[in-house]
Amino acid sequence: MTTSDEALLADLRRVLGDRVRADSAERALLRRDASVFEGGSAGPTCLCESTEEVQQVVQIALAHDRAIVPRGAGTGLAGGAIPLGSPVVVSLSRMNRILEVDTEARIAWVEPGVVNLDLTKYLTPLGYHFAPDPSSQQVCTIGGNVGNNSGGPHCLAYGVTNAHILAIEVVLADGGVVTLGGLNAEPAGYDLRGVFVGGEGMLGITTKVAVRITPNPPAVRTLLLSFDTPRDAATTVSAVIAAGIVPAAMEVMDQRITIAVENYVNVGYPRDAGAVLLAEVDGLPDGVEIDAKRIAEIGREHGATDVRQAQSDEERMLLWKGRKTAFGAVAQIAPNYYLHDTVVPRSKLADTLEEVYRIADEYDLAVVNVFHAGDGNLHPLLLFNGQEPGIYDRVHAAGAKIVEASLAAGGVLSGEHGIGVEKQPYMHQMFSDDDLDHQERLRHAFDPACRSNPGKVIPVGHSCADIQSLRATPEGVWG
Amino acid sequence: MNEFAELVGNSGPVTVAGGKTRWHVGGDVHPEAREVRAPVGVVSYDPAEMTVRVNAGTSTTELTSVLAESGQRCALPERGGTVGGSLAVGENHVEVLGRGWLTTSVLQVTYISAEGKIVRGGGPTVKNVSGFDLPRLIVGSLGTLGLIGEVILRTNPIPPQSQWFESNDADPFSVTSQVLRPSAVLWNGASTRVLLEGHELDVAASLRSLSEIGAWNEVQGGFDLPKHRWSLTPTQLNTCTGTFVASVAVGTVWRDEPQPAHALPPSVIDISKRLKSNFDPTGRLNPGRSVF
Ligand SMILES: Cc1cc2nc3c(=O)[nH]c(=O)nc-3n(C[C@H](O)[C@H](O)[C@H](O)COP(=O)(O)OP(=O)(O)OC[C@H]3O[C@@H](n4cnc5c(N)ncnc54)[C@H](O)[C@@H]3O)c2cc1C
Repeated sequence: MTTSDEALLADLRRVLGDRVRADSAERALLRRDASVFEGGSAGPTCLCESTEEVQQVVQIALAHDRAIVPRGAGTGLAGGAIPLGSPVVVSLSRMNRILEVDTEARIAWVEPGVVNLDLTKYLTPLGYHFAPDPSSQQVCTIGGNVGNNSGGPHCLAYGVTNAHILAIEVVLADGGVVTLGGLNAEPAGYDLRGVFVGGEGMLGITTKVAVRITPNPPAVRTLLLSFDTPRDAATTVSAVIAAGIVPAAMEVMDQRITIAVENYVNVGYPRDAGAVLLAEVDGLPDGVEIDAKRIAEIGREHGATDVRQAQSDEERMLLWKGRKTAFGAVAQIAPNYYLHDTVVPRSKLADTLEEVYRIADEYDLAVVNVFHAGDGNLHPLLLFNGQEPGIYDRVHAAGAKIVEASLAAGGVLSGEHGIGVEKQPYMHQMFSDDDLDHQERLRHAFDPACRSNPGKVIPVGHSCADIQSLRATPEGVWG
Repeated sequence: MNEFAELVGNSGPVTVAGGKTRWHVGGDVHPEAREVRAPVGVVSYDPAEMTVRVNAGTSTTELTSVLAESGQRCALPERGGTVGGSLAVGENHVEVLGRGWLTTSVLQVTYISAEGKIVRGGGPTVKNVSGFDLPRLIVGSLGTLGLIGEVILRTNPIPPQSQWFESNDADPFSVTSQVLRPSAVLWNGASTRVLLEGHELDVAASLRSLSEIGAWNEVQGGFDLPKHRWSLTPTQLNTCTGTFVASVAVGTVWRDEPQPAHALPPSVIDISKRLKSNFDPTGRLNPGRSVF
């Protein structure tokens, strides 16, 4: 039984006062995240400031028979944080304190709303950083990183978020609080902490996290290699890995995005290259020198027309600035973009990339590629003007083809953005009914009543019964 | 896999045996449980991709030698037994700092469910967030949720140089602030052994930094490890006394006596119980064994 919004609001306000937002502007805003998807109408949004408040909000939502949706910065690209039906939105962005940093044990306890880059900035003077560095790190939160098991350029050598999380305090969908994992070497029991990371808000709400902090390497070399074609850049990447070198990062940008970045921030990328590879090695000075030289050689063997090594920290930062502002630069070329995220075996990168260009041609769409090449993680951006009639259908169809091509190459649906609502329809292409059934069983162990972020990840038909009704609510997912 | 699924079937208590090197971990299996074995052999290996697809019944020794032929290695502990058994137990390699954590090395797992179905979680690529992370759940679950048939593991290049050093006067807890990425730091209360790996010049440079905190000699390996494994936090290690070997910066301690059991919090047990009953409603998988 759903009681009226007024009664729900009154209960929430008793706990949070004016930190409950329910005006229509706010609700409209929260129907979306950074993806192209649009949810139903966000119920009241609760700006929680403590674990206890989160608990109380969850209990109130439960009493009013409302689902909950945890939300960080809303930069997710798979629609993970959008409301389906009219759930209570639990915003964690105000829980943004760094609680404790222990450089000896190399851990930091943080609240989930801490912005990724803020943590690293805080750690810099201590000689440490938080290794996962999504391109959105200036805004996205640690809670969101945990929710999506996010990656970033430097996750090639350091591993994605899951490798950097030791313990998580969670408010479960029934209002209980539990700490998963621990600071000891091999916590007893099932690896609930490991399972929770990447749970997309469907296993509970993160209210506190113990993260591993990583010492800053004494030596870093950053190379910018230019190629005539994206194929040459991609084959260089797989050749580097095959040579037994694991660089800290290997990022590829094709010509179109390179030019867009140059126009936008002017960092000195070559405008005439068909693609560039930004490669970074870090560690001790001697080894770094050896690896950098070897990467340059391998690049030349695979058609690099120019190899430039950053000569100073400033130059290095500039090269990275270009990569990190790539998505902002896209706005210069098209009013809208749809960023895809699939992974293929590294040896299939070049072929799949060509297939992506072909698909874009077929659907008469512009595409640019800027991606975590070292992991085989493709990020084709389909560019379009949302005003054009029927355009979303074309973008959607091209996207489906890209996913199909990636799976056919032996790849997976998502490397770091998650499934959310975006990739839900494709889950059957990667998993059997039995596989999905087991993912659902896992979910039910954390949230038997499907209260937390219902309607995501697991495709309709496999999910809790109430999903059908949730699904009816969104006013056209293609906003 | 189909054969293994048929072998496991969908009724009656069943247990899967690996090398039985850790057979008693988590309690003894009910004597009536039918004993099956997982398929053996490396299914496919592409060194350039840095992944290997291997059947769970394969011995870790065989896998290690297959990988070594291509100059690679993985995170599995090298202490005998099978790949599936090692994953079910979930212990990390003693050189975990250099090899990486076992759980992050498992990319995909295929197991037989209590209903006798073939279930797959994770994916074949080195990066993947497609759906909930079943591989994490299966690693360390002692075969109580599903019987592992096949896995895809991440591999890593064997570093050009690998050398253990020992010191009797260095403070073991200063090592990680002296060298960037030691592959292991072991301490037995009297001396410290450190494994340095990487380019020859890096190992030499790290040794020079280590010399600032003590005198070091080359040795052939780490310490012999006592039988029982304790799990502490890295900051608790300096309280260790008696006979032990401690893995500094990790928190694992090996001792002659087992670590006193201490109960998991009730809320963790609740989730664990639900997991067990959702995955194995009749309790037929490895009955008698439990991780919680
Ligand atoms: C320009 C741009 C670049 C990006 N680059 C990258 C990249 O390089 N790598 C990458 O991996 N991603 C990238 N992303 C995607 C996104 O930034 C990440 O997924 C990020 O981790 C999301 O964090 P958030 O705080 O915005 O989470 P949100 O979008 O608010 O939420 C993401 C998911 O996590 C859940 N969630 C959030 N907080 C909590 C919590 N406290 N408890 C439980 N669940 C929670 C939500 O319900 C949702 O399912 C990019 C996005 C943009 C817009």
